Amino acid sequence: MILRGRVIVRGKAEGYVVKCDKPVVILGDINEREGTACGKSVVNKIFVFPCGAGSTVGSYTIYGLRYYGNAPAGMILQEAETIVTAGAIIAEIPTVDRIEISKIKEGDYVRMEDGIVEIISSRPHS
Amino acid sequence: MYLTREEERILEGEEGEILAKMMEILVKVGEIYHADRLIPITSAQISGVSYNTIGDSGLHFLNSLKGAKVRVLTTLNPLAFDERYLYELGVDEKTYNKQMEIIKAYVDIGVKTTATCTPYYFDNIPKFGEHIAWAESSAVIYVNSIIGARTNREGAITALASALIGKTPNYGLHLEKKRKATHLVELDFQPEGEEYPLLGLLLGERVKGIPYLRIGGNYDDFKLMGAAMAASGSVAMYHVENFTPEYRKALHDDVERIFIERKELENNASCEDVELVAIGCPHVSPSELRRIADYLKGKKKRTGVELWIFVARSVKERYPELIRMIENFGGKVMVDTCVVVSNAGKIYHTIGTNSGKAAFYLAKEKFGGAKVVVRDLYTLLRSVVQ
Repeated sequence: MILRGRVIVRGKAEGYVVKCDKPVVILGDINEREGTACGKSVVNKIFVFPCGAGSTVGSYTIYGLRYYGNAPAGMILQEAETIVTAGAIIAEIPTVDRIEISKIKEGDYVRMEDGIVEIISSRPHS
Repeated sequence: MYLTREEERILEGEEGEILAKMMEILVKVGEIYHADRLIPITSAQISGVSYNTIGDSGLHFLNSLKGAKVRVLTTLNPLAFDERYLYELGVDEKTYNKQMEIIKAYVDIGVKTTATCTPYYFDNIPKFGEHIAWAESSAVIYVNSIIGARTNREGAITALASALIGKTPNYGLHLEKKRKATHLVELDFQPEGEEYPLLGLLLGERVKGIPYLRIGGNYDDFKLMGAAMAASGSVAMYHVENFTPEYRKALHDDVERIFIERKELENNASCEDVELVAIGCPHVSPSELRRIADYLKGKKKRTGVELWIFVARSVKERYPELIRMIENFGGKVMVDTCVVVSNAGKIYHTIGTNSGKAAFYLAKEKFGGAKVVVRDLYTLLRSVVQ
C-alpha cells in the first residue's frame, strides 16, 4: 500500500514501525539517552505518531536522539507542529506528515522517501 | 510561501550551512501554518537555557552554531542557578560548568545573557504593533496582551532561528484577524489576590484560543493570570475590557461564551506550614519588589521557613535599597534563575507561592513533585514574619 503525505524533512528511510497512538509529549515521553518513546525503542525504527505536544524545548530532545546515536530512521506523523518540525530538521531525520496513520500498524515494515510511504509487509516485528 | 531572492539564497546555503538550516526551519514552519511570507522582527527571546532541561545534546547543538550571529536584539530565559547561591540551590560542579558552557555558546552568537523571563521591564521592551519572535510562554502572553506587540508562541529552536535570520513566518498572532477574542469569559465574581493565577490555570484548561475578560486588576495581577494560562494550556493572548490595548476590536458575534463560578477555584490548603515561600514566577516587577521590601522593612523572619524572591538582574541592580531591606529581613533575592528551572522543587517538599505557573510545574514529578499552595502576595509575606 502506498500513502502520500507532505515532506517535513527530505530523505529515504526504511524499517519496522514503532507506533504511539496518542500525541507524544516530546519533553517527557521520549528518553533520548535510551532511545525510547513511550517506553518502546525507536532506534533505527520508523517512528509513527499523531503529533507532538508539550514544552517547546522538546525540539532539543529530538536532537538528543541523534546526538546519542538513538535516532529513529524516519518519522511519520498525522500532523507535524513546531516542536517536531524544528527537532526533525536539526536532527536530520527524514520526516513526513499528513499521512493517515491508522493505516500503519506496529511492526509493519515500511519504506519512505520524501512524501511517499510504502507499507512493504504487515508482519509482526521480529 | 513567497521567498525573496535573498531568502532563497540563504536557503540554498550561500551564506553557510547554519543559516541554511535556520531558514529551512522558518520556511517549513511557515508552510505548515500557511504563512504567505517571512516578515522582519525587532527582537527575539530565547528559551532552552537551563542545563537541567537541554543537557549535553543541547550544548552540542548550540556549539555547532559557532560563527553565526543574531541579527536582532536577542535576550535569554533563566538558567539553573544564581551564582551566589550554588550551595542553597544544590548545584554540583558538573552542572555549574556545563551551564557556563551553554551561556558562552549563547554569548558567542551575540545573545544578551539577561537570563530572565521578564525581559519586558528593562532589557527588551517591544512596542505596540511590533513583530517579534519570543519563546517563554509567560512573556509571550504578556507582550501580546498587555503591550500589543505581536508574537506566536515560539519554541526554543524557532526563536533561535528567527534571531539568526532576523525574520519570522507571517501567520497566527502576527495577523490582525487572528488576534480577536474566541471566548467571552463570564464570571460570577471579581477576582482578588490568588484568584488571578487560579483563574488563569482554569482558563488554560478550558480555552483553546483567546479569552476576553471583564474584570479589574493591575499589571502584576494580569501577569500572574496570564503566566498560569500559558502554563496549563496553550493560550498566547487575552483581552481585558478597558485595560489591554486591543480589546476594542476583539469582540465579534461568534465568540463562544464560558461561565466560571468562584467556587470552581478550589484552593483550601494553608500556607502556614510550608518550608519555602517563593515569589517571582514570572520574575517580580519593580512594583512587586517595592511592595515586598516595604512590607518586610524592620520585621524579622521566623525560623523554619525560607523566603526566596526571583527577579531579573536588571531590576535588582536598579533597586539596591529594596534588595537590602529584603536581605536584612532574612529573605534571599535571586537573579538569573527561578523556582521552576532551579533545583528548588527537589530541595523543598512544601512550597507557598503566588504563581499558578510555578504551582503547575512544581507539582509534576520531573520538577520534584512538591506540595504547592497558591496564595496572594501579602498572605505569603505575613506567613513568614515572626
